[in-house]
Amino acid sequence: MSATAPLTLGHFHGGIHMPDHKAESTTQPVAAVKIPPQLILPLQQHIGAPAKAVVSAGEHVLKGQLIAAASGRVSAPIHAPTSGVISAIEDHLVPHSSGLSARCIIIDTDGRDEWAELPPPIDDFTSADNAVLIERIRESGIVGLGGATFPSSIKMEARNNSIDTLIINAAECEPYITCDDMLMREQADQIVSGIRIIQHILGAKRCLIGIEDNKPEAIKSMSAAVAAASLQHTDVVTVPTLYPSGGERQLTLLLTGKEVPSHGIPANIGIVCQNVGTVYAIADAVLKGRPLISRIVTITGEGVAQPQNVYSLIGTSAGELVSQAGGYTGKANQLICGGPMMGYSMPTDEVPVTKGVNCLLVASEQDCPPPEPATACIRCGKCAEACPAQLLPQQLYWHSRSRNFDKAQDYHLFDCIECGCCSHVCPSHIQLVHYYRFAKTQIWSKEKEKIKADHARQRHEARVARLERIAAERKARMRKKKAVLKSKKGGGDSAKKAVIAAAVKRAAAKKSAAMAATDSNQSATE
Amino acid sequence: MQFSTYSSPHTGHTENVTRVMAQVLLAMVPGIIAMTWYFGWGVVINILLASLAAVSAEAFVLKLRKRAVAPVIMDLSAVVTAVLFAVSIPPLLPWWLTVGGMLFAIIVVKQLYGGLGFNPFNPAMAAYVLLLVSYPTEMTQWLPPRELSTHSLDFLTTLGIIFGNALPQGLSWDALTMATPLDEMRTQLDMGKMISEIRQSPLWGDYGGLGIEWVANWFLLGGLFLLWRRIITWHIPLSMIGAILIMGTAWWLAEPEANPFPAFHLFSGGVILGAFFIATDPVTAVTTKKGQLIFGALIGVLVYSIRSWGGYPDAVAFAVLLMNMAAPTIGYYTQPRVYGEQEKKDGA
Repeated sequence: MSATAPLTLGHFHGGIHMPDHKAESTTQPVAAVKIPPQLILPLQQHIGAPAKAVVSAGEHVLKGQLIAAASGRVSAPIHAPTSGVISAIEDHLVPHSSGLSARCIIIDTDGRDEWAELPPPIDDFTSADNAVLIERIRESGIVGLGGATFPSSIKMEARNNSIDTLIINAAECEPYITCDDMLMREQADQIVSGIRIIQHILGAKRCLIGIEDNKPEAIKSMSAAVAAASLQHTDVVTVPTLYPSGGERQLTLLLTGKEVPSHGIPANIGIVCQNVGTVYAIADAVLKGRPLISRIVTITGEGVAQPQNVYSLIGTSAGELVSQAGGYTGKANQLICGGPMMGYSMPTDEVPVTKGVNCLLVASEQDCPPPEPATACIRCGKCAEACPAQLLPQQLYWHSRSRNFDKAQDYHLFDCIECGCCSHVCPSHIQLVHYYRFAKTQIWSKEKEKIKADHARQRHEARVARLERIAAERKARMRKKKAVLKSKKGGGDSAKKAVIAAAVKRAAAKKSAAMAATDSNQSATE
Repeated sequence: MQFSTYSSPHTGHTENVTRVMAQVLLAMVPGIIAMTWYFGWGVVINILLASLAAVSAEAFVLKLRKRAVAPVIMDLSAVVTAVLFAVSIPPLLPWWLTVGGMLFAIIVVKQLYGGLGFNPFNPAMAAYVLLLVSYPTEMTQWLPPRELSTHSLDFLTTLGIIFGNALPQGLSWDALTMATPLDEMRTQLDMGKMISEIRQSPLWGDYGGLGIEWVANWFLLGGLFLLWRRIITWHIPLSMIGAILIMGTAWWLAEPEANPFPAFHLFSGGVILGAFFIATDPVTAVTTKKGQLIFGALIGVLVYSIRSWGGYPDAVAFAVLLMNMAAPTIGYYTQPRVYGEQEKKDGA
C-alpha cells in the first residue's frame, strides 16, 4: 500500500490542453446558501424512467421526505430538499441540452427546514447485508454526480464478485469546474468512508483514486485521509491534466491500462467507476440516513461577481445561486450548466440545479466566445488527432451531414462520447458534436419508429391470422353440421323423436320444480 | 435574465483555415526566393499572375453560385493552389496558359465539385497535367539555372516575354531555354549513355540538378516548418520519400551505370515540393495515419516508375492525381481501431 502512486499505467489517444480556470472558484471554502423561497424538482434528474410524484399540490412536506418514487429498476426517487408546501406539479424549464420543459414538483419553502424522520444510520456497515446497503443507496435517490446521473445502486448490484477494481473518478478534467476539488479538500474523511462502504459491497480488491495533477491540495488531503484510515490497496493516482481524462473510459485506461469494451461497461472488465461526489453522497446515505437533497455546485465565470462553490439544495434556481455569489457582472453572456466543453447553454436563469449539475458557468464573451461561422471541412485531420475515442470525426461529420446514418455507424458514431475535443480544434469552426448529436437522435428515433412499425406489423399479422382462424372454424362447424344432417337423414326419425322426448322431459321437470318452490314460499309466508 | 444559447463545446477555436493556409504560403517563401534567384523574375510574375487569376475565378464562380465571396477568398486556399501551380510551371510560360490553367483548376477542378473541401483532385496538379499534355512544348521550355545562363533577363524583359512573346533582339527560344535535369537524364539514358558520362554535363550540382537542388533544399526547410507547426504530419512526406529512396537505391545498387543515384531522384525535380506541399494537401489525401503511409508510399512508387519506365521525365503530378483517386478507398480500409473495439478473432 502506498499513499500516492505517481505513475499511470496507460494513456489515451488525443485529448487537449487548455487553460483550466480552476483558481477563480477555489479561493474560499464551500459556502452554505440560504434556503431559496422556491425549489423546482424535475421528476427526471437521472438516466432511466422519470420518478413518479407521490405527493400532490397543497401537501406539506418535510425535509428528506420522499416526494417522487422510482418507477422501475433504472430510476431514482426524489426527496424534498427542505420543508414546505407543494405549490404545483407542472412543466418547467429543466437543465437539458434541448432547452425544453419537463414535469417538475415545485415546493414553496417554509424556511423552517424541518427534517422528516430519516431511516436509521447503518454505522456498522461491515456487518450489514449487501442487499440492505444497496437498498439504502437506491432509496436515497443517489445517482452519478459527475454528470452522467446513472442510478448508483445498479452499479453496486451483485456481480458474483467479478469486480476487481474500484475507480474513484476525481479527475475533474473540465475547465472551470472545482466542486470535486473542493469536496476533496474539505471532506476527504467522509469520502474515504464512502470508499470503504463501496469496497465492502463490491468486494473489490483494490481502489484507485484518479486526480488530475492540477489539484495538489485535493491530492494531499485525499492521500492523508487514505493513510489515516489505513485503507488497504487504495492508491491516490495523480493523472496528467489532459482533457478528457475524467471520461470514464479515458480514466479507466489511464489507471489500469485496460480499455472498456466498445458498447460495454467497465464492469465487463471487472471495474466499477464512481464519481467522488457520489461516494460522498453514499456515505451520507449509509452513515447518516440522509437522502440526496443537496450537492456542491461551482458558480464561476467572468459573468459572476464572486466565483465560488456552494452547498446548493437540489432544485435551487440558477439565478438564486448566482445572486448568492454576488450576482452578475456586466460581462455575463452565457449561462452554462456544466463545464464549457460538455455543458448545456441555458436561455434563462430560472433553470434549477438538479442532481447532475456540477457547475454554473456564467461565461463572458472572453470565457466562451460565440461560435464563428463554419467554413468547409478541409479534412485536415486535427479532429482525429484530438479524438480520445480514436474515431475519425471528419468522416462522421461528412456522413452525419449528408444523413448517411448507416455509414456514420460504420465509422462508430456511437463510440463518440461528445467530449467536444474535435470541435475545439477544428480550423473550419464546424460544430462537429452538434452533427453527431443530430445523427444519434435521428438513428434513435428511426429505431423507435421501426419498433413501432414492427409492432404494428405483428398486430396486423395477428389479426389476419385470427380472422383466418375464425373463418376456418366456421367452415369446420358448417362441415360438421352438414355431416350431422347427413347422418340424421340416414338415421331416420327415431333420433329426432328421442331428442323431442328429452326436451319435453326437461320442460316438465323444470315446471314441477317451479311449482314446488312457490308452494314452499307460500307456506313460509303463512 | 436572457442568455445566448449555443451548442457545446463553448470554448473558442484555436485555429482557423486562413491561418493554416497562410502558414503554408509562408513555408513556401524560402523556396520561392531560391527559385527566383536561380530562374529569374518569371517565377514571381507567374505567382502574381496565377494568384490573380485564381482569386478572380473563385470570386466569379462564388458570385454565380450566390455565395458570400469574401469569407471564401479570405481562406487563401485559391492562393495556395496558385502558388503551387506557379512554382511548377516553366518561368517563361505564356501568360494565357498560366491563366487558362488557373481557370481550369479553380472553376472545373475545385468549384464545380463544390469548392474547398469537396474536390477529389489536387487543383494545381490537375491544371499542370492538363497543360502538360495539351501544350508539351511550352510546358517543357525551362530556363537554365543562373550559373549556366548566358542571358540574364531583367524584370521588364521577362514581362515582355510572358505577355508579348517578345524575345530580346537576337535571342531565340532554343538559345534561351534548356532541358531540365530530369529530361536530360532521360534523353541521355535513352541514347545508351552511362551515368558517369551523363554526370559530366554542367546541369548537375552536388547531388541533384544544379540550382534545383538548392530550391529543393529551401522547400525542404519550409516542409520542416510545416511539420513543426503541425500543419502536416510526417506520414505522407516520409513514406513518399522513403519509397523513392528504397526503389532508387535498389535499382541503383543493381546497375549503378544505368540508374541514377537515389538522391538524384529527390533533388532534381518536384519530389520535395510534392512530398511536403502537394501530396499533403489534406482535402485530396487520405485522412487516416495508416492510410497516409500507404498513400505516400504509392505516390513514391508511381513517381519512380513513371520516371524510370513511363513517358514523362517527372511524374509527381501524375502520381498525386492517380493516388487522389484511390484516397477514399484507402481511407475506408485503414480506419484506426476505435477505443474499446475488440480485435477480431479468427472465425469469430
